[in-house]
Amino acid sequence: MSKFKKKKSGDMPAVNTASLPDIVFMLLFFFMVATVMRQNTLMIENNLPFADQVEKLDKKDLVMYIYAGKPSANYKQYGNEARIQLNDKFADVNDIAAFIASERASKREELIPFLTTALKVDSEANMGLIGDIKQELRKVNALKINYTTKKGSVFGRN
Amino acid sequence: MAKRAAPEVNAGSMADIAFLLLIFFLVTTTIETDSGINRKLPPMEESEEDVIIKQKNIFTVLLNGRDQLLVEDELMELKNLRKAAVEFLDNGGDGTCDYCKGKKDPSSSDNPDKAIISLKNERETTYKTYIAVQNELVAAYNQLRENRAQALYGKSFAEMEANYKDVNWPGNKEKLKEQIEQIKIEYPQKLSEVQ
Repeated sequence: MSKFKKKKSGDMPAVNTASLPDIVFMLLFFFMVATVMRQNTLMIENNLPFADQVEKLDKKDLVMYIYAGKPSANYKQYGNEARIQLNDKFADVNDIAAFIASERASKREELIPFLTTALKVDSEANMGLIGDIKQELRKVNALKINYTTKKGSVFGRN
Repeated sequence: MAKRAAPEVNAGSMADIAFLLLIFFLVTTTIETDSGINRKLPPMEESEEDVIIKQKNIFTVLLNGRDQLLVEDELMELKNLRKAAVEFLDNGGDGTCDYCKGKKDPSSSDNPDKAIISLKNERETTYKTYIAVQNELVAAYNQLRENRAQALYGKSFAEMEANYKDVNWPGNKEKLKEQIEQIKIEYPQKLSEVQ
């Protein structure tokens, strides 16, 4: 009996999966790096309006977010009127000054002039609230603002 | 004494663990960059002497509480706003603007430098209408700048700005900045909001 038996010719060799972990790890690292975790839990409806003349808001660390909109279904006890949300909690217009001050304090001094305030406001909110916010921002000299919108045509989806 | 070989760790489940993590990150990822309309608020200054601006140099846009648009005291559809704004800005009524392509109507604005768009809204106006109007007005300025950039340099203004921001752009940034500034001077964005 010979030691070297011929392999059966019909047998398919198994695919080598040794490099599968490497491939998966590669993908994993990509998504780990690209992930941006949500900073704030939204307590309001935040259906942004559409616009097409938009500019990108890069340098995420230089942006202060002010959210506004109607309290979402879980927070109905706060009423139906559009409200401001700063850092995970509902706030009043008067709290904006303090919020901006604390945001500024957490940044390096030389970066303060480049801070932008991003207004993420629900499309159904009234301009009265926005006007109040803008007035507050002017008072604390935070003049660079950005109306955050979704990209799309302003027509058709109103 | 014979050296005992260390038992090999079974790495067969590594792929499973990695998959688990991968799926977690896949689900939580939001690859988003926020974008929006940049504006600058006017600084708080109490003592500002009244500047007298001719009525014909002001383009009034009024948004009422029912989201109706009143432009120069006439009702207007949102889709016509961009064109009306371009016509107003590019009018060049007093003839000092040699690059304007407007009608040179003496009853409309004198010069893009003097032309001011005044936007007024009421408290009940909804945000999305306001943004739509802002968007159209910004679009009017962008359109004029775009045309001017094409005429002057044969390039798109948006492209020029993108190149200026791009760190890896190989061209002459100083010159590009000058060109951008030139266009911005010719069509300054004068959009005032009434509080």
